[in-house]
Amino acid sequence: MLWRSFPPYQIMKKGIWFFSIVLCPYLLLQQTNGQTLEQSHQIGNIEGNVGDVLEDDPVGSLKVFVYELPSKYNEDLVEKDPRCLTHMFAAEIFMHRFLLSSPVRTLDPEKADWFYVPVYSTCHLTKSGLPLPFRSPQMVRSAIQQIASNWPYWNRTEGADHFFVVPHDFGACFHYQEEIAIKRGIMPLLQRATLIQTFGQKNHVCLKEGSIVITPYASPQRMQAHLLPPYIPRTIFVYFRGLLHDGINDPEGCHYARGARASLWLNFKNNPLFDISTYHPTTYYEDMQRAVFCLCPLGWAPWSPRLVEAVIFGCIPVIIADDIVLPFADAIPWEDIAVFVAENNVPKLDTILTSMPTEVILRKQKLLANPLTKQAVTFSEPAQPGDAFHQLLNGLARKLPHDGSIYLKPGEKILNWTAGPVEDLNPW
Amino acid sequence: MKQMAGQHPNRRPYSAAVPGEAAALRPPSFLFWSAVHVLCCLVSAALGFRFSRLLFLLLFSPASHHHHLHHDHHLHLLRQPPAAVIPSPPPPRPDLPPPPPPPAVAGRVGVGRHGIRVRPWPHPDPAEVARAHEILVRLQQEQRLRYGVKDPRPVIVVTPTYARTFQALHLTGLLHSLMLVPYPLTWLVVEAGGVSNETASLLARSSLPVVHLPFHEDMPVLWNDRHRFEARMRLRALRVIRERRLDGIVVFADDSNVHTMELFDEIQKVQWMGALSVGILAHSAAPDATAKRQQRASEETSPLPIQGPACNSAGQLIGWHTFNSLPYAKKAATFVGDGVTVLPTKLEWAGFVLNSRLLWKEAEGKPNWARDLDEVGISGEEIESPLDLLKDASSVEPLGICGKKVLLWWLRAEARYDSKFPTRWVIDPPLEIVVPAKRTPWPDAPPDLPYQRIEYEGSHVEKRVSKKVRSSRSKRSSHNKKKHETHVDTQVSDMSSAQEK
Repeated sequence: MLWRSFPPYQIMKKGIWFFSIVLCPYLLLQQTNGQTLEQSHQIGNIEGNVGDVLEDDPVGSLKVFVYELPSKYNEDLVEKDPRCLTHMFAAEIFMHRFLLSSPVRTLDPEKADWFYVPVYSTCHLTKSGLPLPFRSPQMVRSAIQQIASNWPYWNRTEGADHFFVVPHDFGACFHYQEEIAIKRGIMPLLQRATLIQTFGQKNHVCLKEGSIVITPYASPQRMQAHLLPPYIPRTIFVYFRGLLHDGINDPEGCHYARGARASLWLNFKNNPLFDISTYHPTTYYEDMQRAVFCLCPLGWAPWSPRLVEAVIFGCIPVIIADDIVLPFADAIPWEDIAVFVAENNVPKLDTILTSMPTEVILRKQKLLANPLTKQAVTFSEPAQPGDAFHQLLNGLARKLPHDGSIYLKPGEKILNWTAGPVEDLNPW
Repeated sequence: MKQMAGQHPNRRPYSAAVPGEAAALRPPSFLFWSAVHVLCCLVSAALGFRFSRLLFLLLFSPASHHHHLHHDHHLHLLRQPPAAVIPSPPPPRPDLPPPPPPPAVAGRVGVGRHGIRVRPWPHPDPAEVARAHEILVRLQQEQRLRYGVKDPRPVIVVTPTYARTFQALHLTGLLHSLMLVPYPLTWLVVEAGGVSNETASLLARSSLPVVHLPFHEDMPVLWNDRHRFEARMRLRALRVIRERRLDGIVVFADDSNVHTMELFDEIQKVQWMGALSVGILAHSAAPDATAKRQQRASEETSPLPIQGPACNSAGQLIGWHTFNSLPYAKKAATFVGDGVTVLPTKLEWAGFVLNSRLLWKEAEGKPNWARDLDEVGISGEEIESPLDLLKDASSVEPLGICGKKVLLWWLRAEARYDSKFPTRWVIDPPLEIVVPAKRTPWPDAPPDLPYQRIEYEGSHVEKRVSKKVRSSRSKRSSHNKKKHETHVDTQVSDMSSAQEK
């Protein structure tokens, strides 16, 4: 009872009333403001924003140290064969160039969260421009030997805070043929490192836990050069250009693309709604902009730059690849943008596509028209906020902070430097 | 992804199956089985397909018998591997039994051979095609709403026409072009000689709102007169627009002209009066030597004559590109159906578009450089081009990137003014005598000898040309005489004998 007559209490009581009378409406206002903001954001969402995740800025969330390897691992290969800059595996080269001048780069390795090893493992090309993977494991191994001997950071964690860009067909399995890639498995030395690759398939040997799946490289300048104004009417219902039957490597069929592409051809070659063929016209990009659906079936590997091209040109991708893991899946809502068709359902593809309600198709087109989505799948030059480089760094930033257990005790060794096929142990 | 040709040694994915099977067999019978295998290989080499594999799988894998039964109902879904599709030789094989299980992968999709699923009737379902077209129409509508012209104005099309041989050809073409225009359209068709059933039946085929106006004078035969006559017909239509206060953009679409769809999008930009570039397809209809010389001459001077606005570098109208008729001075057509080039006037009406409010008596914001329509053409004044409707021609807006884009083509192709054609292009009742054309083979006709009656080289050409008509008839008539004994024969033979005379 005494405390009631205590003067500060009186003031306090008055104060409480005062604050509640003044603050409540203010708080309510804030709430409603927040709500309207959220609402407008949500309305913005319905209009076309695909999510806040796309707009995350990696600068400030992580620091990357770029190893300075001798140029025989990177620059020299590009000089020898500049085709490496335009093929679909060029992400490794552009990632290196981006990181060299990016604000996330740090020159002090003690401050770095992630370490980047710039080795262009896909830059040995045949005469026809296809990469040979036979020397890639040797090259990567040699690079790791270099960094292990010149810097202490590899041995500190045996690569657990290092990342490599391996954009080849089956990632770090370093082979283009799936059976052999599965047999080889991921290169033993890269078991602990984070792999950034274009290949992604659930429960597959060549996709390990913690890998970041990125989009394949498609030249943004080339695509910009072929842009049509958006009012050109979309008159092609389904469009596809590409190999339907690999006569060289799979002459009997039934093997390439798990039979899906052959099935497409056999079921729909007479269908006027389907514009599918192997002939690659010069107006390929313009045709994609005049099509409503662009097919992205698997080939020898489930991924293809077709997906990137379809997103950029506003054509709804129809993904025919069972268990595929799509790039930047936490940032881009692929289920809302693309149409997924099981490989078994390819014969019913026309029924599936024509029975889609028009509102669903319109909504997908609206989401595709969002410039943020298009930005997220391009490796733009120079780098823009929200582009594929940023999404990649966001992916790395989300894996931070590193668990303490990655740091090895002195003398502890986990990786087996002699594991793997014998050819890989050859010096490069 | 992409594979190299034979660069790597072993490409056989299922070669694992054979060693597996061989390993499972007991050593004592190994020789026996290898002998059987050799025999099967020889048989395969003779027959041309892999006989041994089929045999082994069918006979020596009892466990997979269940497999077969289970997969039987799949087999009519699964087609043969596309031996038929590959152009290179592999011979047709029997349906492959389902593949050996793929190497162990944790996922449910595996490497190895898979069947190619083809449905029994791989052809489009018409209902689905119709639905797809509905979807496309709706999507294109949405595209237009989002990216196309905002607040599109209706279009008023003015077409002078008259019933003649080629009217069906030209008017149907124009009709289909107008049906594709995505904006609300009103079509004013002014017909010389009054309203006729020909034109009415053609117009009824469109679903467009048509105003069919009669013009009670006949179309003149000489081209010069005709150009002036058409101008009067168009003025009649403009007066109707003024009376009824129709709102929109007036386009002068002559029935034989060719219009692009971009034209109708471009004219939405016009404020009061706009000018477009018209490509002039002025070439002769008759494919003879004089025309070829003409064509070559005109090609040397310029690729395609274009009429339209001329602009300076700032994009302002400074003058007009008109048709240069000097190269055609001696070879111009005078009457309709003349075999030589038809020339356009200096500035064709088709190259101009107006805002219909320019024609109204009172309209908001109507500029004062437009003459009142009632004053135009009354006192026998010559109206040559829409510029005569204005006091001042400098405020005409150039369209189509200042005339750089050709949005329509002017063409005049007419049959002779006195040529006859069946009413509404319907032959009713059907003809009694049907004679096949020279090149259509009659089922059991004797072989045709077209040149037997040529006597000497000099008259070779002429004889052949006239013989074409005659010989077929005479051949057929003689044939008919043999086969049918109706009065048809006598008619035909009468005709052929009359011609031969």
